[in-house]
Amino acid sequence: MDLRYSKEYEDFRRDVRAWIASAWPLKGDEAKLPLGAQAARFRERAIEQGYVARAIPKRYGGSEQPADVLKAAILAEELGRARAPGDVRGIGASMLVPTLLDHGREDQKERFVPPTIRGEMVWCQGYSEPGSGSDLASLKTRAELVGDEWVINGQKIWTSGAQISQYMFCLCRTEPDAPKHAGISYLLIDMKTPGIDVRPLRQMTGSADFNEVFLTDVRVPKDNMVGKRGEGWQVSRSTLKHERNMIGDAAGARAQFEGLLRLAKETTRNGRRAIDEPDVRQRLAEIEGYVLSHQYSGYRQLTLAARGREAGLAGMLNKLTSTNIGHAIAKLALDLLGDDGLLGPGDEARMMGLPPRGHAAWITQSMWSLGIAIAGGSANIQRNVIAERGLGLPRDFAAQKEAAR
Amino acid sequence: MNFGLSEEQELLQDTTRRFVEERCPQKKLRELFDGETDHDTALWQGMAELGLTGLLVPDKHGGAGLELLELALVSETLGHAATPGPFFGHSLATLAVLLGGSEAQKDRWLPLLASGDAIGTIAFAEPGGAWEPDAWALPVTPAGSGLRVSGEKLHVPAGRVADLLVVGVAGGGLALVERESPGVEIKPYPGADRTRRLDRITFEGVPANLLPGGAEAAPRVRDAGLVLLAADALGGASHCIERSVQYAQTRVQFGVTISHFQAVKHQLANMAVDIEPARGLLWYAAHAFDHLPAVAERTAAVAKAHLTDRYYQIARDTVEVHGGIGFTWECDVQVWYKRAMFDRAFLGTPGVQRERAARLGGW
Repeated sequence: MDLRYSKEYEDFRRDVRAWIASAWPLKGDEAKLPLGAQAARFRERAIEQGYVARAIPKRYGGSEQPADVLKAAILAEELGRARAPGDVRGIGASMLVPTLLDHGREDQKERFVPPTIRGEMVWCQGYSEPGSGSDLASLKTRAELVGDEWVINGQKIWTSGAQISQYMFCLCRTEPDAPKHAGISYLLIDMKTPGIDVRPLRQMTGSADFNEVFLTDVRVPKDNMVGKRGEGWQVSRSTLKHERNMIGDAAGARAQFEGLLRLAKETTRNGRRAIDEPDVRQRLAEIEGYVLSHQYSGYRQLTLAARGREAGLAGMLNKLTSTNIGHAIAKLALDLLGDDGLLGPGDEARMMGLPPRGHAAWITQSMWSLGIAIAGGSANIQRNVIAERGLGLPRDFAAQKEAAR
Repeated sequence: MNFGLSEEQELLQDTTRRFVEERCPQKKLRELFDGETDHDTALWQGMAELGLTGLLVPDKHGGAGLELLELALVSETLGHAATPGPFFGHSLATLAVLLGGSEAQKDRWLPLLASGDAIGTIAFAEPGGAWEPDAWALPVTPAGSGLRVSGEKLHVPAGRVADLLVVGVAGGGLALVERESPGVEIKPYPGADRTRRLDRITFEGVPANLLPGGAEAAPRVRDAGLVLLAADALGGASHCIERSVQYAQTRVQFGVTISHFQAVKHQLANMAVDIEPARGLLWYAAHAFDHLPAVAERTAAVAKAHLTDRYYQIARDTVEVHGGIGFTWECDVQVWYKRAMFDRAFLGTPGVQRERAARLGGW
């Protein structure tokens, strides 16, 4: 056991750090470009170096590097340290691209992967519907083949970024007579297509990060299906795993905890620092136990991945662990705020991984910890997954069948 | 970056697991739990033959020369099986001699401790929750050419079967006392955990032999103890979850096994999410003890607080999943529940450890 990196990796880190220092921030005239353009320039060069888009084949604009979770971890650390742009974030790069690489046709990969990993093509996800949340496979949005086009009617909800996306990857029911999982197909929809109505959905923080998307006779070329008819459920499965990994991030929990610690030091209660009060110290130290567990369980999983081994049960716990930590931090933060716990939420800088600054921002964090608990598989669904796949307990519908006998 | 076990470490854990399955099956465990003594000489001999009694002792003194991480892995496995006997106190006493002893003391005791021919234990606690070296008040007084100790120590694991007592004394040092010396009186303490029985020991002018490096060794021994209790908690909690899952899959109510009920499934999932990530924290604490002195003390405190707290709750949940039978003396669940009580309280409760962690963190 050794938490240090070997010489090979330390050399890699040194090279990466030196290169980033020379390449970011941009210099001269390039420094006057808009931020997005600067990021694109940098990213292009980082791809040439093999530092970004490492999992993407060269023919689709990636740098096609052999999988090396330790190098990936070092790159994330070094790019983060320099506040330099890394891989494009968002649901297109994290969910659609892996799906296309696994299941897409050659022309689909060529058309959609390069602009998505460059950040030029932004995607939204058309999965959830008003009547289909945790039971996603019951979705009703209908796609019927008319000539060479799919004609789509229905409604999607919780669609983050729909108003700024060029495309949506969408699950639709194409085989209404098939069993529910077998009747779904995976379609790519141009958001400029007539019949799409995007309405913002305001969340409890006051901002609108989500949307409802109404689809009325939306016509999509037949070729925009990924995988075959009725295979959409399988096609979409690989992607949810990606999202879980993205949210179940121990570094984010650590950063939130550091922020909480700072808040406890800066807050005065009863004429002394809040952190001098025994109950605050106890609660902070208890949360830290969970944070350190999450962090070092993450290192353990990283090592297992580097050895080509499965993380098993530990890998299924990340999202719920993050969620639990988020709840605990939110509650203690609210107690530290005292009367400012009456405040409404502050500016909506989405705070994934960034500790809040200022009391109103902590209110926002406390609300967003609820959103995180639900997004990408709610906490209770996580518990089902842990119980059924992790501990080998029976699946729910089996219980119903047996009880009905 | 390699935060995983080596093949040798995995093998050590597997070998230990097979050994306890074979040599201390449930029936044997209950015999010891219900009987007069938790110390089975044949079981102890077997552990000694496996090398477990001298894991930390260097080769030249007849041990395996391994680190706390390996000892923690063994402790986790013994905690999983709730293996009875003097292993915990013995390991800490051995570490104390190793870290604080003179060459002569090491030459005399380490080979005996490593081979299991002598059993060691630690006598740290004094009345009023005085576990910490700077709270010890047991006086050491010169007498003739040597030293003598007088006073009382509480919560001494396996005091009645130990040959060598490592006694915490006023000023935070450590003294070696042989249990058979005149003036040592052992009074059993009515402890809950019948797999690791505790004794109260009074000393009346008993000859003692100070460890020259005792004052430096004492906090390290405490930290090692915290890590080993956390390890026991990980093993015990994992066992509780496995046992609960098994029981849920066999107990039938309303015409189906209770494993079909979401309330039960979610309780079991919550138990898993509470303890399994802490495996990383335990490994880190053991690794820090061995290699990261700047964070070792604090991490040991956080790990002990976290894992033993989780174990205790998981043991409570395990009783609940078992229903009425889980509340009976007959049911084995109580064995682990009571080990969880031991792990939680010994060397100071989670609350005490969290306050130490806060202080050590400069909060």
